[in-house]
Amino acid sequence: MNRRKWAGVAGLLLPLLLTGCDSRFVVLDPQGPVAQTQQKLIVISAILCAIVIIPVIALLVFIVWRYREKPGNKAPYRPDWADSKALEIVWWGIPIVIIGILGFFTARDTYALARPPVTDTKPIRIQVTSLDWKWLFQYPDQGIATVNYVHIPAGVPVYFQLTSDAPMNSFWIPQLGGQEYTMPGMAMMLWLQADKPGEYYGSGANFSGREFAHMRFRVIAEPQKDFNEWAANIKRTSPALTGAGYTELSKPGTSEEKSFGSIPEDLYDRIVNKNGGIYMHHSEHGAGFDSDVHGIPGHDGSTGGSDSGGMSGMDHSMMHGAAGAAERSD
Amino acid sequence: MDTSHFFVTGDPLIYGADVAIVITSVAIVFALTYFKKWGWLWREWITTVDHKKIGIMYLIASLLMLFRGGVDALLMRAQLALPNMKFLQAEHYNEIFTTHGTIMILFMAMPMMFALFNMVVPLQIGARDVAYPFLNAVSFWLFFVGAMLFNLSFVIGGSPDAGWLSYPPLSELSHSPGVGENFYIWGIQISGIGSLATGINFLVTILKMRAPGMKLMQMPLFSWSVLASCITIIFAFPILTVTLALLFVDRFFGAHFFTMLDGGNPMMYVNLIWMWGHPEVYIVVLPAFGIYSEVVSTFAKKKIFGYKSMVFSMMIISVLSFFTWAHHFFTMGAGADVNAFFAISTMAIGIPTGVKVFNWLFTLFRGRITLSQPMLWTLAFVPCFAVGGATGVMLAVAPADYQYHNSYFLIAHFHQVLIGGVVFGYLAGIYYWWPKLFGFKLNERLGRWAFWLWNIGFYVCFMPQYALGFMGMTRRVYTYGWDMGWAPYNIVSSIGAVLMGAGFLFQVAQIVYSFKNGEKDTTGDPWNGRTLEWSIPSPPPVYNFARIPEVTSADAWWKRKQDRLAGKPEPEPAPLAPIHMPKNSGIPFIFACFWFVAGFGFVFHWVWMAVAGLVGVGVCLLVRSFQYDTDYYIPVDEIKRTEARSGRAV
Repeated sequence: MNRRKWAGVAGLLLPLLLTGCDSRFVVLDPQGPVAQTQQKLIVISAILCAIVIIPVIALLVFIVWRYREKPGNKAPYRPDWADSKALEIVWWGIPIVIIGILGFFTARDTYALARPPVTDTKPIRIQVTSLDWKWLFQYPDQGIATVNYVHIPAGVPVYFQLTSDAPMNSFWIPQLGGQEYTMPGMAMMLWLQADKPGEYYGSGANFSGREFAHMRFRVIAEPQKDFNEWAANIKRTSPALTGAGYTELSKPGTSEEKSFGSIPEDLYDRIVNKNGGIYMHHSEHGAGFDSDVHGIPGHDGSTGGSDSGGMSGMDHSMMHGAAGAAERSD
Repeated sequence: MDTSHFFVTGDPLIYGADVAIVITSVAIVFALTYFKKWGWLWREWITTVDHKKIGIMYLIASLLMLFRGGVDALLMRAQLALPNMKFLQAEHYNEIFTTHGTIMILFMAMPMMFALFNMVVPLQIGARDVAYPFLNAVSFWLFFVGAMLFNLSFVIGGSPDAGWLSYPPLSELSHSPGVGENFYIWGIQISGIGSLATGINFLVTILKMRAPGMKLMQMPLFSWSVLASCITIIFAFPILTVTLALLFVDRFFGAHFFTMLDGGNPMMYVNLIWMWGHPEVYIVVLPAFGIYSEVVSTFAKKKIFGYKSMVFSMMIISVLSFFTWAHHFFTMGAGADVNAFFAISTMAIGIPTGVKVFNWLFTLFRGRITLSQPMLWTLAFVPCFAVGGATGVMLAVAPADYQYHNSYFLIAHFHQVLIGGVVFGYLAGIYYWWPKLFGFKLNERLGRWAFWLWNIGFYVCFMPQYALGFMGMTRRVYTYGWDMGWAPYNIVSSIGAVLMGAGFLFQVAQIVYSFKNGEKDTTGDPWNGRTLEWSIPSPPPVYNFARIPEVTSADAWWKRKQDRLAGKPEPEPAPLAPIHMPKNSGIPFIFACFWFVAGFGFVFHWVWMAVAGLVGVGVCLLVRSFQYDTDYYIPVDEIKRTEARSGRAV
């Protein structure tokens, strides 16, 4: 209890006291390389800002006290003293230097985090779709899917592909790294990694309508072997996600955690395309993953709009975008 | 349109509001009739083109909106005080945070800013009115009917609930089929035209109507800040108008600019709205900077330090504000080049802002500081804004922003700069110029209660929200559980909100009390001021200056007082001449009412009504175009009588 209380005090004094927080401060408790980089930047920027604002506040208190209007105050009074080149150079200079330093770190890490991690481990790919108001995770290489929870192998880079089949949301697992928007018609990418096995908190961060507050999900990081067993088990025991099943799932409403042993072919790409993916150029540079978005039916107008395989049950309106585009490109 | 949903039903809060609205309206009508004040209301206020009265009307409207937005805030904090509260439903909570944000920025901060523009700028630059007095009245009434249209959604049709910037596709017909978003679009569009017109009006006023001799580089810094703000308005507001017009075309005519399907691009809207939205925050904060400059200099009895730097930094801010919009969505993943550019441009805006803080500090340095009410708010602003600015710089660090974005860290940051920077500034300005406009000071004792409640309340409310951000709490959730440890911080934050609400009540009491018991200002110069507005009686006569002053330096009034003290002979005053003034007109009010009718028609898709309203708008424009009898002269005798009444020989 005592420790919690102190953590509370530390929390109230943030961002000055960035150390000594317990794990409830998820942003400051990184469990993967991306979150670690971001936490370091948070600390650096807080220190750099403190270097400026603490003296400013101290100076304010000192000046107001020393130059207050009271009889017999012996402090100098110079009502026309209003110019000093030297002083002005100093305080144009201070923020420029601080911003210069911070700008350097910012640019360095902005580029660093945009690159896929260099690693010997083969990454795993997970396709994330935000729906009204639930999260669908597809594991294309395992051929399974889950809703409102996601398993990842610990110590393995995870290549999240993000899209939305509902108003824009944002995919956030604070302990693994910062969020990124899930947007209809866009396929974004986000590299994250959990260093250790554990269960982490994930949520939708961008308001997307009525039940937005319930768009949370669990992230379970486990050793690769356990992950493989889990995936095999899901494949064996869970029902299939059909096209009709997806249509049902995407209807507005909240959802329990769910698991699916198989997924319709190209479901993710179809979701991206029907919402306008065909109109946009994606710059996906996945390590070892070619973007599927450009190579799929509909883009070249040859098979756009035709139902195929597991998609037969799918609502017609879902294919609207692809079909429309095919007509227009003729 | 299904008219069975015309009146919002089913919520006790809304029935309560219905009753309150009816009772208030009946009371107002009764009072006006009983005291035979209808004619007075029409002649003195509704038809006025006097910038001072328009300023006062803006002030009243903005305080009412502050009340409404504040009630929204308290309702939200009540719902979030503890986990799993059942006080508000999800839909209702979503409506309330939407209207809270929209009202506080567009219908509270903007009109309070325009109130200060109107109350001060012409007096400060030695002018008798603004450049376009008629247009000024048009601006006010457009704002007013826009605000009323927006607020009407609470009881008729239903409030918008897609957030204060109404991101599509959430705000498109597909996800918001009700009329709430239409109210949002038309409320803002109509008042937005007024804002743009005010921007043009004050730009021209400042450039063309300064007293003879007043060079731009001798102009008071508040007027400079208004100039910078107006330039920003003129470039930013057309973007808002076009963006909302496109959204309207989507909703009304079924177009696909921002829809999910059929090639629409919702992310384009996000870019466009922030191209207005980011400059907008600088539009409202620049005049606050101007106010701090005036207050610091007056109450330290010292020339402002680094005048040129102050002007230069405001102009840089107004330019840079157009190059930072993407920092509102680094997490859209536009790529490292884009994010790095906007991160650094955002940090860069901290440089001129930091310089201003240092210049204020060194204006105080070697001064003689009196802690009157305007000064209290100014001194409270410095640490608050310094911390808020610092967290702003932290948010600008793009990779770190991936962790702050959409979290309560962000909420705490922007409330700290908007309350600590903008609201504190406007309050300082209101306390400072109140005696000029009303002829008496606001009570000191009640004011100090309000000040401490606001300030303590602020930190109690928003410091825990930084911590909540680090704990992963995202904005706009209407409920949460016990599992994340958010509860203690939320209850503390809610207590802070109540304290701020109490501060506001003290201010209402302060205003009411001071109308009867406030210390009268008979000198016209209650603060030992430095600029021209303090050279004329309080409240100023309708024509402001019996003679337009000749200006030879910055702080013109201060210099004249110093010269008098030094016994320098004053130049022989020129003989009085009749003063040319604009006539009152009812057209701005009627014109705005027709806009209201048109807006209401568009909201409910009643084309006949929209067309009728627009025809009325056209007729008003036509009538005004053929009006030639729009001005009059105040004869010299009357000027003499007026001046004598305020104890001045001319």
